[in-house]
Amino acid sequence: MSAIESRRATLVSVRPTSKLASRLKRIALHGAVLLLCVVWFTPVLSLFVTTFRSESDSSQTGWWHAFVEWRPVLSNYVEAMYLTGVGRSVVNSIVLTVPTVLGTVLFSAIGAFALARMRFRGRIALFLAMVGFQVLPPQLVLVPMLKFFLAVGLTGTFIPVWVIEMGLTVPFGIFLLYGFFSSIPSDLVEAARIDGASEPRIFFQIILPLSGAVLASLAILQFMIAWNHLLIPLIFLGSGSLSPLTVQVASLAQTNAGGLNTLTAATFISVIVPLVLIVSLQKYFVRGVLGGAVKG
Amino acid sequence: MANVNLRDVRKVYNQTQVIHGVNVDIDDGEFVVLVGPSGCGKSTLLRMIAGLEEISDGQVHIGSTVVNEMSPKDRDIAMVFQSYALYPHMTVAQNMGFSLQLRGDAKPEIRAKVEKAAKILNLEALLERYPRQLSGGQRQRVAMGRAIVRNPQVFLFDEPLSNLDAKLRVTMRGEIKALHQRLGSTMIYVTHDQIEAMTMADKIVVMRDGFVEQVGSPLALYDRPANLFVAGFIGSPGMNFLSGRYAQGRVWIGDIALPVAGPPSSENEGRHVVYGIRPENLSMGGEAGQPLIVEVVEPTGAETHVVGQVAGQRVIGVFRERVTTRPGDVLRVEFDSRKVHLFDPQSEQRIN
Repeated sequence: MSAIESRRATLVSVRPTSKLASRLKRIALHGAVLLLCVVWFTPVLSLFVTTFRSESDSSQTGWWHAFVEWRPVLSNYVEAMYLTGVGRSVVNSIVLTVPTVLGTVLFSAIGAFALARMRFRGRIALFLAMVGFQVLPPQLVLVPMLKFFLAVGLTGTFIPVWVIEMGLTVPFGIFLLYGFFSSIPSDLVEAARIDGASEPRIFFQIILPLSGAVLASLAILQFMIAWNHLLIPLIFLGSGSLSPLTVQVASLAQTNAGGLNTLTAATFISVIVPLVLIVSLQKYFVRGVLGGAVKG
Repeated sequence: MANVNLRDVRKVYNQTQVIHGVNVDIDDGEFVVLVGPSGCGKSTLLRMIAGLEEISDGQVHIGSTVVNEMSPKDRDIAMVFQSYALYPHMTVAQNMGFSLQLRGDAKPEIRAKVEKAAKILNLEALLERYPRQLSGGQRQRVAMGRAIVRNPQVFLFDEPLSNLDAKLRVTMRGEIKALHQRLGSTMIYVTHDQIEAMTMADKIVVMRDGFVEQVGSPLALYDRPANLFVAGFIGSPGMNFLSGRYAQGRVWIGDIALPVAGPPSSENEGRHVVYGIRPENLSMGGEAGQPLIVEVVEPTGAETHVVGQVAGQRVIGVFRERVTTRPGDVLRVEFDSRKVHLFDPQSEQRIN
């Protein structure tokens, strides 16, 4: 047998086992992913199905019976939206969240731009302080902030919630964007400077358009945080007519007003907004968060 | 268009001086190349002219104005970067028109200027493309287009060809030179590549460690380098340096005497010297030539490079004729006595 033939023979004998191994690996991987999907998706599915079941159905049979006998009703949503004030609190949540998100992105970007692209005294100290602020627990600032806003008479308005939500995320936002802005080649900024661009113009026309993905990921992140916060709106807005979804659903759960199925409908409304957002924008989210790390 | 004058320009970073009192005069319309090894301060000097680095001391004049305190945009300069620095989110046309837009020019006027520059650079078909859709050479041309549309007083180039492959570099070298002849503007060009410097410049400024070593036309630098550094830096393959002793119009390298043309110099008599001669100033000699023990023979086609030893010191010769010797052979070579450069080994300055 020549050398070539013997090599071919070994290749042939090796291939089936390595193919089998890689196939087994793939099956194991798919199995694990599938399991995770089931574990994560089952509660969401049960919640979703329950929202369409009537109170009497739910009290007699488990949620999976819906697949046997499908008798959907919309009364739970109607009740949740109109009778328990969830409809109003959806609006409140949006009014709380959208300005918070916009403000966080804007202020983080401005701060990160200054730290990454401008040279001034105390720059490093300020940056380290920003990193340090991230480890402060939010509860630490609540009492002094409440005292402050009581003193200036702004409790019971959205303003303190906006300010505090932004304040808690902006240090992280600066940290995230700083890394990205620093990775933008300084030649670009210098070329713009020679072209006659002022600093604000460099920020708005060069830096921001190049940072779409990372800004989007910060926005999504802050949206999730602000949308899901319970404590801060509860403290500053109470559970009255200004309360957002989180507070409203929590109080529904406590008082059990409207029954269990109304509660599930209300809960589902509070889940669906961030769910749709993250699923539809997850491409940007991953790209933005990994942006600084993967790019050379 | 304008002249540029540097008067005792210095740069200090955290108490470390990196530019030591540079004086250079650049005439209106001149093509000047700043050249030197990496870290010699040539890019820093260019960035100081551009206004991207502060000037620690001294004055930079563009035209009749001292521009030390002016921001880059007010200096009426344009710069081409090594990385091209094109705005990735703008089309070629937007990239080229950005400075005009900032200046407040009217849209049709911008369009006309961009198209004119695009025509000069053969970019007309690419105006609506994005930088990522262009090849390296095309990006380089867009970067030049961005500079041209502004019609600046001075063009600055910071190693603009370093990111291109060897062949494209030669082409672009020609294009930049042609552009200079066409526009007639003052251009300052930074490179570490002495071939680029030699082929493009009206005037070369050789720098080392923040000092200007010599200023002059390419051939002046080649034919009469002022010191050992310039002699070794300019020319490829580099100049041969042999250490020896000067006596009665000759330099003794071991027991070999190499004549130096011209009247004998009495002040150099008996002095240790560095004898410099360019590889092409060696020629095949008859029996009268000096023995060169061949180590390596490198035929390039047009010429042959022979590396060997003369009196125990390394010498490289470039010969037009085909050389068929092998390593270990002894070749007889003549040293052209009219093309000898003598340097002082201590001060490294030229002494003949």
